Amino acid sequence: MAKALDLELVATTKMYGDTVAVDAINHRFAAGSYSCLLGPSGCGKSSTLRMIAGHESVSIGDILLGGSNVTDLPPARRGTAMMFQNYALFPHLSVIDNVAFSQKMKGVDKPVRLKKAHQLLELVDMDAYAQRLPAQLSGGQQQRVALARALITEPSVLLLDEPLSALDPFLRIKMRLELKKLQRELGISFIHVTHSQDEALALADDIIVMNGGRIEQAGSPRAVFNAPTTEFVARFIGGHNVLQQQGAAVALRADRLLVKKTAGEDGALLTASVRDVEYLGSTVNLALDAGGAGDLTAALTDEAFFHDPIEIGATVFLTWKPEDAHQLAA
Amino acid sequence: MTDQTHLFIHKDRAAAEPVRPTRAKPSFSLHRLPDAVSGWLLSLPLALVLFFFLVLPIVMIVVVSFWGATEFSIYPAFQFDNYEFLLTSPVTYQVFLNTIKYALITWAFTLVIGFTVAYFLAFHVKTLTWQIVLFLLCTIPFWTSNIIRMISWIPFLGRNGIANSTLISMGVIDAPLDWLLFSDFSVILAFVHLYTLFMVVPIFNTMMRIDKSLIEAAYDNGASGLQTLTNVIIPLTKPGIMIGSIFVVTLVMGDFITVRFMSGSQSANVGRLISNDIALLQYPSAAATAVILLITVLLVISILLRFVDIRKEL
Repeated sequence: MAKALDLELVATTKMYGDTVAVDAINHRFAAGSYSCLLGPSGCGKSSTLRMIAGHESVSIGDILLGGSNVTDLPPARRGTAMMFQNYALFPHLSVIDNVAFSQKMKGVDKPVRLKKAHQLLELVDMDAYAQRLPAQLSGGQQQRVALARALITEPSVLLLDEPLSALDPFLRIKMRLELKKLQRELGISFIHVTHSQDEALALADDIIVMNGGRIEQAGSPRAVFNAPTTEFVARFIGGHNVLQQQGAAVALRADRLLVKKTAGEDGALLTASVRDVEYLGSTVNLALDAGGAGDLTAALTDEAFFHDPIEIGATVFLTWKPEDAHQLAA
Repeated sequence: MTDQTHLFIHKDRAAAEPVRPTRAKPSFSLHRLPDAVSGWLLSLPLALVLFFFLVLPIVMIVVVSFWGATEFSIYPAFQFDNYEFLLTSPVTYQVFLNTIKYALITWAFTLVIGFTVAYFLAFHVKTLTWQIVLFLLCTIPFWTSNIIRMISWIPFLGRNGIANSTLISMGVIDAPLDWLLFSDFSVILAFVHLYTLFMVVPIFNTMMRIDKSLIEAAYDNGASGLQTLTNVIIPLTKPGIMIGSIFVVTLVMGDFITVRFMSGSQSANVGRLISNDIALLQYPSAAATAVILLITVLLVISILLRFVDIRKEL
């Protein structure tokens, strides 16, 4: 297959009239890595992906792939391939013809292109369905075909626009694993747009959290989850409490909040009343009202909770280790 | 591998089909009747309308086509004289050929123009508001009657008409062009003018239902504009093209007034043959011609339907 290349965004900007959708972002996607663009709807993640794909013109700035500038090249000549959100399979063509489409456009002979399409279908385990029409396939199967169609162009970077959002939760987790496996086997870069933090954490080597057309934070999933640098990231990635401490905002993971029924000798940092208890299987979430500090969430392991259950309405004392509180940018 | 793929479908299918909530049956009295009976009852009004206003008249025409006629009377009979006369006369073949020629040429022009207009509206006009505005603009000629639109060509195309005088004053021609009016040219021009919208509407309708991301996907796969047109847009627009073609072909083949006005009674098509017979009160002969025309049109449509299964595409 194609060799993996670095992809670099240099002050890439997208403007629609006066509205700035993507605001001069800089990022380097390492060759052969799985990156997730994560953010709420309207944060510019899809526009970024579409600019990389070449389906949206770049207003200002550049896109470099493996050192060459691809900013103004048409999609098919950049070394990228896109998998569309609704898969965009051609409804009038069979699975095999869908996969062979780009080869047909290049004028490759029929036996050659069909052979290659069969290889790609085997890669995604869909060779048995080669003669079917897209409408005769389930969502998951359509996605495999769309993957094969994108990969037959031998891209250095595969772009996936919310690829899992059309699937039901069960299938989503299954396809998630397969995407990651495929990326490892092919060794090319995947750039995946999603609004689901679970998906990003599970898949990515590199998470890019976007908000309002800017990159809020980029880094490994562990770095982003463990030490969010802005309040937005802490809230969006979930599982965090944002507290005011000595006039500055800090983020504290919900499972690092220690809940005690008595004040204890080292003294509590906060007191709170329990508003709600949610049993989630392996953890139990407590919704806490800490007065001036606002609403907090504490995640306890089920073992710890049921060892000494806490009832709704009870007053609890909260502490945490100083190193667990991460300073947030103002 | 096959075992595995089977497992996939099974799981996919199980996941894709949510359990439908069982709906409580409405306590509507029709539900007490067996389904077959209520089905027949519901289709009865339309069936009656179609029977009295479509089937019965056609049966009448077929029956009358076997009747006999003299110069001053018609009489019930069962004889093949009308058909024999019709099918042995070289005039019939000439007129049918002429009718098919009009239909084919008009079809080709309306298809090219209609497809282009629909393509422009569906893919080049970006906002829905402008699409609606421009679409309504296309329908404006339809606010006046067919005949008025037809007749208004006459002062334009005539020997001393606007077209000729403009061309002469521009120095393109020295003498007025005779073939502009009362010719096959003017007949086909009027047909194309009258019926292009019947091509635009169904094609525009199917084009609007094409998912725009398919065009992007084609572009992503390296297709040029022309390749996208021939490999994606035209195949997906086929049902609209077929419906428009059926409209235009049946309208042109059944027409008699356009040919009469625009050819200055110099050309004939089957419609005029029938109308002449009726003017001479030769109803049996007119009926026989109508039956042959009906069979011809049905043959043409069945040939068109060979290319696309419309029921499957709708």
